[in-house]
Amino acid sequence: MTGTLVLLRAFLRRDRWMFVWWPIGIALLYVSQGWSVDGLYQTQAEFDKAAADMEGNAALIAMAGPARALNTTGGQVTWQAAAFGAILVGLMSMFLVGRHTRADEESGRDELLRAAPVGRYAPQTAAVLDAALANLVVGLLTAGTLAAYGLAVADSLGLGLGVMFCGWFFSGVALLAAQLTTSTRAAYGLAGAVIGVAYALRAFGDISAAALSWLSPIGWYQAMHPFSGLRWWPALLLLAGAGALIAGAYAVFDRRDYGAGVLPARPGPDRAAPSLGTGLGLAWRLQRPAVLSWAFGLLLGGLAFGSMGSDVEDLVGDSQTSRDLVAQGGADLVDGFYATMMLMLALVAAGFAISSALRARGEEDAGRVETLLATALRRRTWLGGHVVVTVAGTLLVMGAAGVGLGVSYALVTGDGGAVVRLTWQLLSFTPGVLVLSGFARLLHGVLPRATLLAWLALLLAYVVLLFGELLQLPQWLQDVSPFEHLAFVPVEDFRWAPFVAVTAVAAVLSVAGQIAFQRRDVH
Amino acid sequence: MTENVIEIRELVKRFGSLRALDGLDLTVERGTVHGFLGPNGAGKSTTIRVLLGLLRKDGGEARLLGGDPWHQSAELHARLAYVPGDVNLWPNLTGGEVIDLLGRLRGGLDERRRANLLERFDLDPTKKGRSYSKGNRQKVALVAALASDVELLLLDEPTSGLDPLMEAVFRDCIDDFRSEGHSVLLSSHILAEVEHLCDRVSIIRSGRCVESGTLAELRHLTRTSITADLATVPAGIADLPGVHDVDIDNHRVHLEVDTTELDAVLDLLQTGGVRTLESQPPTLEDLFLRHYGDQVAAPAPTEEDVRR
Repeated sequence: MTGTLVLLRAFLRRDRWMFVWWPIGIALLYVSQGWSVDGLYQTQAEFDKAAADMEGNAALIAMAGPARALNTTGGQVTWQAAAFGAILVGLMSMFLVGRHTRADEESGRDELLRAAPVGRYAPQTAAVLDAALANLVVGLLTAGTLAAYGLAVADSLGLGLGVMFCGWFFSGVALLAAQLTTSTRAAYGLAGAVIGVAYALRAFGDISAAALSWLSPIGWYQAMHPFSGLRWWPALLLLAGAGALIAGAYAVFDRRDYGAGVLPARPGPDRAAPSLGTGLGLAWRLQRPAVLSWAFGLLLGGLAFGSMGSDVEDLVGDSQTSRDLVAQGGADLVDGFYATMMLMLALVAAGFAISSALRARGEEDAGRVETLLATALRRRTWLGGHVVVTVAGTLLVMGAAGVGLGVSYALVTGDGGAVVRLTWQLLSFTPGVLVLSGFARLLHGVLPRATLLAWLALLLAYVVLLFGELLQLPQWLQDVSPFEHLAFVPVEDFRWAPFVAVTAVAAVLSVAGQIAFQRRDVH
Repeated sequence: MTENVIEIRELVKRFGSLRALDGLDLTVERGTVHGFLGPNGAGKSTTIRVLLGLLRKDGGEARLLGGDPWHQSAELHARLAYVPGDVNLWPNLTGGEVIDLLGRLRGGLDERRRANLLERFDLDPTKKGRSYSKGNRQKVALVAALASDVELLLLDEPTSGLDPLMEAVFRDCIDDFRSEGHSVLLSSHILAEVEHLCDRVSIIRSGRCVESGTLAELRHLTRTSITADLATVPAGIADLPGVHDVDIDNHRVHLEVDTTELDAVLDLLQTGGVRTLESQPPTLEDLFLRHYGDQVAAPAPTEEDVRR
């Protein structure tokens, strides 16, 4: 372990801004729920009534978590923020651990460090400590702001430290993923998939089989029940899980070759396939693994949501107000649930669409575009290949989610027509997804250094979907999300006009980005 | 046919307030290998990127194979191949796949030459991009470039990371390429390579061309070092024009002389009865050091102005 502390100090210095912005962002996520809830409900009677409605809303429960003590500020904060806080610390831990382990190993920077008198395990130990400290800052800042806001201190501490334990668990996941894979991209993919599965498992657990929630680290965190009978023992599961994952990562590290993953590198073909000779062929070849794994993931997601069939109704109860709220448009409860779930799946698919649109920028950053554009390949053909893969991939990913949703719904309910119907309904949200990827494309052309903004746009769409009605966000802000303009099928009837208009917006954004790219310097 | 494959006049490229290219001139004749020398950050890569249409020029003229490098890039690129100094490969494509891909994008490659080059460069085409060493990544790009049917090579420090054996193979390949009447712009730091390969050389500094010509012409601009044993040392040798650093030790004279004034010095030495004579022609290194050296000694705008 020689040198661990020296490395840790170097890592902390590299991460200093991440140590500022992630904790502030996450603490704000929590405390802002308190502000908005307290601003929204003037009397306890209003609060009780709203809480009763929310308790019956299966879609909200699937998205946020088990409904407990929703007529208290603390209960609302926990309900609305915990699952997303857990995802955010998961992403933060993944990026922190990944950049100091697999990313540095891949780039060769790590080799430079290892040649110095540092112990074998020093770099990854320092990386884990670095992530653990970042999570500690998140936990303490969150607990501190909640307590300062006036919530019960013990429960605030439970909510804050709980998210820290989640972060430690996901740090372990990220460290193990970095040992198993050979590239940073694959390591992030694997760790991200684990975070996604953890979120999905608790979603099903919370609305149907409670046992599933106990398979998810996010479920463990929510089982601590802050502000509704706080208990600490579920945190032990998170700690034990983190310990086991980290120990596993060290064991794998001992058995693998430096610079490699677990699987030995195999020789590949000595000649290129006939398809690998055009801009499109190359873009497909590069993005194929991502397209197929996202499609598979969303197929599973669709299958899972669809398997709830029409049972949603049982969950909602009889209260007329809750029926009104769930339906959001006043239609059938089941429709309301599925409309929200479809939008959720579409937003997940937008994650693919944005990362696919930004792949072109990644290629440019890695310095691989220069060699390509020095051939007879035109700029617009090179970028056009990526655009085609993004659009077609988005359709495929959305279609997979729709088919999954339809097939399992049909199997559960015996309604065979659901396959085509639900697939088409889900696909009707595609223009909104394409607007988000078109925005990413525009950023790549105009402001290639600010492509992070593309992810903020997705976050905004997410916030509008989740909290738009609940928090009564101003209409102009809600209107920024492209999904607000599309028909909310199946609650509302499908309408062509917004479908075409939003598609046109997506096309304009994408084309503008492509034209801007053709006119600027390539780096 | 003396047509120029590259013609650059007064080229300007700015990055923010930095003038990376500040009125650069460069001409490469067809059928020649043109050396492109300069310290790091002098603007060599920027020039090549402007020629490739990757960067947009801010001023001046740049013609490549008779066309406009920005507007006609794809048409022109079908007739040239480029090898960067730092080759980045896709981690999950094999070397063989990359060679085929780049060849096809250029409009096809010569199968026989491909096989032959793989053998000469001793390259395993079945390895994935992530497992190649730097030298091997460089070989992938070189094989892809040399196996294509093109008339111009733009090489930006192409041999960085190659071992001496492979450098020799590279030189042979470039000799072959030139003997077919094709042209090369070779940016390099390896002076032996440039001296061996290049017909003409341009030296750039701070985005300007400070020296250009055949090696013989450039040598003309530098000093020759002479050591002679004489029967008697003739008087006034230190007063001859162009003579520097004279050191007389009994019958032995050492001096440096501007190559243009060599004749007069030899005439005078002869009058003293020459017993032995050593003369060291100027090397490219001297040339190079002179232009690097100035940078440290004085920013010398005067010197550049004189040459222009």
